[in-house]
Amino acid sequence: MAILVDTDTRLLVQGLTGSEGSFHGLRNRAYGTQVVAGVTPGKGGQDVDGIPVFDTVDAAMRATGANMSMIFVPAPFAADAMYESIASGIQTIVCITEGVPAHEMLELHAHVRAQGVTLIGPNCPGVLSPGRANVGIIPAEIFREGSVGLASRSGTLTYQIGHELTHLGLGNSTIVGIGGDPIVGSSFVDVLSMFEEDPQTEQVVMVGEIGGDEEEKAAEFIQEMSKPVVAYIAGFTAPPGKTMGHAGAIISGSSGTAQAKKDALESHGIRVGTTPTETAQLVAEIVRS
Amino acid sequence: MDLYEFQGKELFRRFGIPVSDGQLATSPAEARSAALELGGPVVVKAQVLAGGRGKAGGIKLAETPAEAEAVAHQILGMDIRGHTVHKVWIERASDIAREYYLSITLDRSAKQPLFMLTTEGGVDIEEVAARSPDALVRLHVDPLVGYRSWQGRRLVHDAGISDVGEQRQITAIVGKLYEAFVGCEAMLCEINPLIVTTEGEVRALDSKFTVDDNALFRRPEIAELRDLAASDPLEALAREKGVTYVKLDGEVGVLGNGAGLTMSTVDVVTFVGGRPANFCDLGGGGDAQGVVDALEVITRDPQVRAVFFNIFGGITRCDEVARGILQALEQMRLDLPIVVRLDGTHAEEGRGLLEQADASNLFTEATMLDGARRAVELAEAA
Repeated sequence: MAILVDTDTRLLVQGLTGSEGSFHGLRNRAYGTQVVAGVTPGKGGQDVDGIPVFDTVDAAMRATGANMSMIFVPAPFAADAMYESIASGIQTIVCITEGVPAHEMLELHAHVRAQGVTLIGPNCPGVLSPGRANVGIIPAEIFREGSVGLASRSGTLTYQIGHELTHLGLGNSTIVGIGGDPIVGSSFVDVLSMFEEDPQTEQVVMVGEIGGDEEEKAAEFIQEMSKPVVAYIAGFTAPPGKTMGHAGAIISGSSGTAQAKKDALESHGIRVGTTPTETAQLVAEIVRS
Repeated sequence: MDLYEFQGKELFRRFGIPVSDGQLATSPAEARSAALELGGPVVVKAQVLAGGRGKAGGIKLAETPAEAEAVAHQILGMDIRGHTVHKVWIERASDIAREYYLSITLDRSAKQPLFMLTTEGGVDIEEVAARSPDALVRLHVDPLVGYRSWQGRRLVHDAGISDVGEQRQITAIVGKLYEAFVGCEAMLCEINPLIVTTEGEVRALDSKFTVDDNALFRRPEIAELRDLAASDPLEALAREKGVTYVKLDGEVGVLGNGAGLTMSTVDVVTFVGGRPANFCDLGGGGDAQGVVDALEVITRDPQVRAVFFNIFGGITRCDEVARGILQALEQMRLDLPIVVRLDGTHAEEGRGLLEQADASNLFTEATMLDGARRAVELAEAA
């Protein structure tokens, strides 16, 4: 078991014919993910290294039985691509695209919730279940299969922590990049609750950063979990009012600081690593105790 | 993107929210003629993208055009929280009876727009929220339903605004503010204070307006409002070169790949006792030209004494980054010590390339922590 992506994932890639879409779509297939279709309006009938391309999501699903969509469509068209997937009956969407306008995400988020669909991202590196399936741009070779669930707002920082875990002889059940935008489809709480239900996952690492209050909400939720959670927060030295690379990584007024998040987590008894290395060591301590 | 007060007010005016008449001036002489044209007493307001302008002496009343000129002379060139004043807004003075506060923000927590209204305006809203939370009325808008008029009535009622004329005017302003918020794809539209004049007229006396950067591609009329001269010169250079850069106030230049890892690197530099000079994210690519551009921006900062490259290769290959660093060294003839930590994809090859180059100012370290320590030591020794 793992969460979100597994051996039964049948992946459709919206934007497969673009350079990023084809590079990562083929990389995902090489890893073992069943990449069954691509969708690019106007390019139906073509193929990308043997993966058939369709004009619409509906046609792709009917022909291939796809059950998940990965979005590589440019930002101005990404929300439309996601609405199309939802309307066609896709239940899980992973949106890699960066730069989707926040107001579009407001409406899309409300729609996704109303339809009971799971959306990961946008502006995320995707989801990897080591040894099973990779959907997105996470470099799978860094990670090993194991029992640690990993949820993160960042890409490379996740790779860093995964790499440290691998060095300590630990592996991951699933790595979920939830995305660096102010409004994303799935929150830490959503992903933590999936890990709580997953039999393979025994511990979880949550990698947060400045901005918003999802880490604070997670601190509350972790109280109800049976599995131990270790956290890391990036952005202690970030000045207020500045966007630190991710659209969502911004301290507004006095809210959303790294210190406030650390305090909220620690006041609930959750251990917060000072550096990525220490965070991995905290997980190792838990595993070995 | 944050807008100046005068830009936000211009947008307010376009959406039908009442504002006072005013003119922009960049010199004391312009301020004088603006005051003359407007007639009567005016307020001269520093236009900077920073709060606390009033306390800093950046907002002053002038009874006559001559006084407006003198006041503008004082304010222009003033430094307000690190921002130099290049423009002043000359506005007809208002007779204020009451000061309220009205805003709409994109509430990340609820994933909905959020209105806030209070009759305790004119002060820092976080203070009001802390001191008298009940006085601050909040109301969310369902993004799939949009704004409905009852919401304006509810806000005004719950805030305890009893005058019928004020109720009517503020309800209308609430609706128009929502139109501005959606129409400009704003993250924040704030009116503080929203004043009631002695004649009972309601007007926006200030504006704080932040637009979603990700929406600017389809809002060219707002994108062109960006004032490149207003941002930090290094940040402006970075924007020009497509480098993600935020100026900080230390001696260790920081360069990482990916926003999260770069933020973490800045933290670790601080953690080992150093002071980061900047946040600079190479992004996913990390090709040679990107490295050259980023190094150019970072080393333009005279405070920088050492640079710390922290790269975790995933899709980015460390040997490519190493080639970029060597190319940059060749092109730019840098003397500053540069500490490089490469890990992940092709890290061995990358380190090998750097060692072969045998540059006296290039140091490699195996871990993020050791790299940060080395960079801090070198910055202190320089």
